[in-house]
Amino acid sequence: MFPYVPATDSDKRYMLDKLGLDDIEDLFKDIPDNIRLKTGLKLDQPKAELEVMSSLKELADQNLDASKAAVFLGAGAYDHYIPSVVKHLVSRSEFYTAYTPYQPEISQGTLQAIFEYQSMICALTGMDVSNASLYDGASALAEAALMAADATGRNKVLVSATVNPESLRVLKTYLNTKGIELMIIPMHDGVTDTEVLKDKAGSDTAAILIQSPNFLGYIEDLSEAEKAAHEHKALFVISVDPISLGILRTPAEWNADIAVGEGQSLGSPMSFGGPGLGFMACKSALVRRMPGRIIGQTRDINGKRGFVSTLQTREQHIRRDKATSNICSNQALNALAACIYLSTVGREGIKEIALQCWHKAHYAASAMTRTGRFSLAFDQPFFMEFPITSDLDPDVIQSSLLKNGIIGGLSLEKYYPELKNTILYCVTEKRTRLEIDTLCSVLEGLK
Amino acid sequence: MTILEGLYYSKDHEWVKLEGDKAYIGITDQAQLELGDVVFLELPEPGDEFSAGDSIGVVESVKAASDIYTPVSGRVVEVNAELTSNPERVNEDPYGSWMVVMEIADHAELDDLMSPEDYKAYCGQEE
Amino acid sequence: MSYDRLIIECSKKGRRAYSLPRLDVPETALPDSLLRAEDAALPEVSEVDVVRHFTNLSQKNYAVDIGMYPLGSCTMKYNPKLNEDAASLPGFSDIHPLQPESTVQGALKLMHEMERMLCEITGMSAFSLQPAAGAQGEAVGLMIIKAYHLHKGDEKRNRIIVPDTAHGTNPASASMVGFKVTQVKSNEDGEIDLDDLKAALGEDVAGLMLTNPNTLGLFERNIELIAKLVHDCGGLLYYDGANANAIIGKARPGDMGFDVMHLNLHKTFSTPHGGGGPGSGPVGVVEKLKDFLPVPVVSKSNDKYYLDWDRPLSIGKVKAHYGNFGVVVRAYAYILSMGAEGLQKVSETAVLNANYMMHALKDLYELPYDRTCMHEFVLSRLKDNPENITTKQIAKRLLDYGLHPPTTYFPLIVREALMIEPTESESIESLDRYIDALISIAHETVEAPELLKEAPHDTPVRLLDEVSAARTPVLKWND
Repeated sequence: MFPYVPATDSDKRYMLDKLGLDDIEDLFKDIPDNIRLKTGLKLDQPKAELEVMSSLKELADQNLDASKAAVFLGAGAYDHYIPSVVKHLVSRSEFYTAYTPYQPEISQGTLQAIFEYQSMICALTGMDVSNASLYDGASALAEAALMAADATGRNKVLVSATVNPESLRVLKTYLNTKGIELMIIPMHDGVTDTEVLKDKAGSDTAAILIQSPNFLGYIEDLSEAEKAAHEHKALFVISVDPISLGILRTPAEWNADIAVGEGQSLGSPMSFGGPGLGFMACKSALVRRMPGRIIGQTRDINGKRGFVSTLQTREQHIRRDKATSNICSNQALNALAACIYLSTVGREGIKEIALQCWHKAHYAASAMTRTGRFSLAFDQPFFMEFPITSDLDPDVIQSSLLKNGIIGGLSLEKYYPELKNTILYCVTEKRTRLEIDTLCSVLEGLK
Repeated sequence: MTILEGLYYSKDHEWVKLEGDKAYIGITDQAQLELGDVVFLELPEPGDEFSAGDSIGVVESVKAASDIYTPVSGRVVEVNAELTSNPERVNEDPYGSWMVVMEIADHAELDDLMSPEDYKAYCGQEE
Repeated sequence: MSYDRLIIECSKKGRRAYSLPRLDVPETALPDSLLRAEDAALPEVSEVDVVRHFTNLSQKNYAVDIGMYPLGSCTMKYNPKLNEDAASLPGFSDIHPLQPESTVQGALKLMHEMERMLCEITGMSAFSLQPAAGAQGEAVGLMIIKAYHLHKGDEKRNRIIVPDTAHGTNPASASMVGFKVTQVKSNEDGEIDLDDLKAALGEDVAGLMLTNPNTLGLFERNIELIAKLVHDCGGLLYYDGANANAIIGKARPGDMGFDVMHLNLHKTFSTPHGGGGPGSGPVGVVEKLKDFLPVPVVSKSNDKYYLDWDRPLSIGKVKAHYGNFGVVVRAYAYILSMGAEGLQKVSETAVLNANYMMHALKDLYELPYDRTCMHEFVLSRLKDNPENITTKQIAKRLLDYGLHPPTTYFPLIVREALMIEPTESESIESLDRYIDALISIAHETVEAPELLKEAPHDTPVRLLDEVSAARTPVLKWND
């Protein structure tokens, strides 16, 4: 017997008798004999719960996790504090064992939570409307580019080289397969080269895509990019870190048409890069071009408030090949986590967390650079990540830090060949002064 | 289902009302019945030019979306903006709810459309 | 009166649900020019408020942990709790995707093993765990098909064939990848019409997407011939794994002639649907397509696992990092629990359960394709239906019985479709209760039709006004 399959032998016998069949095999007669699997799968014997858990623990123990090391690595996935309530509430199985809310009358829990999630994403970004989530920040950026191409009827997208390289790769894949031209605007002094951007933007530009804080952690001045986009009637798309929006200027204040980003920071663990949360919000005029599910408020026949999936004609199950996207499953549970997280930290918490990131990162940067041996790669305002250059091999730094229980930053040369011996550090609110000081003393002790 | 006299009908369930060179175009009673409550309309811009059979817009209900195909070629001279803000009019009065006015190039195209009698028979067949 | 509050309506200035350690470093001034003008208007509530709010919301949901959830083509099977525990081990949930490879050997090994097991289960040669869900898997598979043809210098193949029973994601994915879509008809047996398929094939066909068993729950018996026809014209065969629960341990897409496929770990391999996601849609390919898989690929050398990025023919990346790893961990635990023997029990029991239900209901409900079904079956309207009761009304009435309705109005080729997939998770008692409810509803349509016309009666909210929701959208709390 298997714990997840309740049918007993006598149940099966009874059911087969009802069907007038001798054997379960009779139900598989439509599968031609040629292609039947005759030998059985070459997998291990079934394991008991204790055995499965011990196999998995053995694998988990071979990984160095954030409970055992201080993480100074960011670059798109972040070690932020997750309040206990988030995990407890997300783990309620009424939420996580439900399907997509196809029957709204018995899915009000999920529907209302997503409606609240949409409301809070709008509050954070300042945008008019949010969808119910996309796979991750990278695919959200790609979807925004497709959306812009569709909305403008144009076939060329400009993206800054300071966008997260993971997102850039995903963007390339999506646009390449669809036959949309992608032009990368170079970096200058750690931020987007706006002179090149202004030069390249034109009447064939569907969108300008910029990330701020950018991949190097620097806060971009987006005024020129905004002008360049709107002067040519292209859409202006900003990719943002949602935690930074606790204090920093919003995409709406920069007059973005679409805001996207990775929402893992909002209550989801890093989980080796997934599942995360792609969020997307836009101006109301674009709502019918938006990919993915959208939840709206309405009333039932007794006048009681309720929530439903709405504007569904955009979606694949109705529009098929003319849908705004092929997305069906999204990241609903991560959106729920974000909703609970934002409810928990609230108006004050999101500010305090962002401020702590700011202060700790700036403390760390000045402590690391005090001897003069390490320096900031560029002189630009940053939020909680910053690139540090030295004459030391990043691998040497990395392994010394590991020996001291620290997961160091990301070596940038792989992404930007000009940035040799440069490491991108991230300091979230979780890092303590002691951890930062330890990091600095390890660095200073290196020969 | 209502079918009005004096209009031309297409197989995609659009109607055409001719006034000189101007063709008023909408969707038929049959079309709105099949769609259900209309919630949204997307219409072209004045000045856009189309050939007969082109999709000039979309009409949507909660669970369906269908393209609006122009039965005649020409240039859009006017769009019924009132409908986009009150899409329920399409259900209430499909023949009063013209969606676009086209300045038509070729009157002969009207010969390819159905008369009220033919359209009635056509809808009967489709059942 | 059931709970009816938004979290923002619980907000009161001064309340807090979080605490942070006191800032232990000196402050650094912030330039005003960088700052937002106003605070983000998030709620201010206590921890008690948060817990009560979301607990109350959770109680307005139906879920697999409450009862049977027979959504056709969705495979709403039980989600083992062990899998949740496994995924939340800190060694899996608290690792960073860009950590040095030497510090994540366990995670890489798990992925490597998972790919190997999925190859064995499907008969494919290689898998990528990167796609975040089935639809993204489809897009990846189609990108691979496109890249393969282009690599061979064959630039004319711009068309994908899908049957009229296909999931909406199939044509949507094809279009996203820049293909044109040709739809082929189903025949009277509910399978692909071979003549229509032959007519659709040609030099410009890149491939055929097929779900097998199809969305009518019927096995495409001509699959070998279909594969030959598509291959003979130079196209490739894509397997949509949405219905793989019917065949695991019994037959493999690789042996049927498919070249590329995806699996939905959140269907066949028991990971939870989470109210809509996250899913995971690994893509498998035959030998000749291996080089086109997304980067990076997990490889092994000298007993060390590493990420191989050096793959010039790869289609690139479709998702940040390596996929929905947390979902993969759950599915991995499931495969270990079930083993070869258990997975075979899964498909056998799922198919037996579906046939048992179909047999019990076909006297009262029309069964357009009356033959042995696989893991699901599709009913049409009631045979005795004087009041023209619709499938929607039947579905809403099931809510009053405390049950989740089947998939409705899909596949599109069956009028008033009711598509039922019980899965192997349901006991005979649970199947009988569901059957009894559908029989009882069949009687009500004749004896008390008003009960159906006004259903549901006993749900947290009753029929909702979807028309006004779409005409005048309210998409956030201050709209």
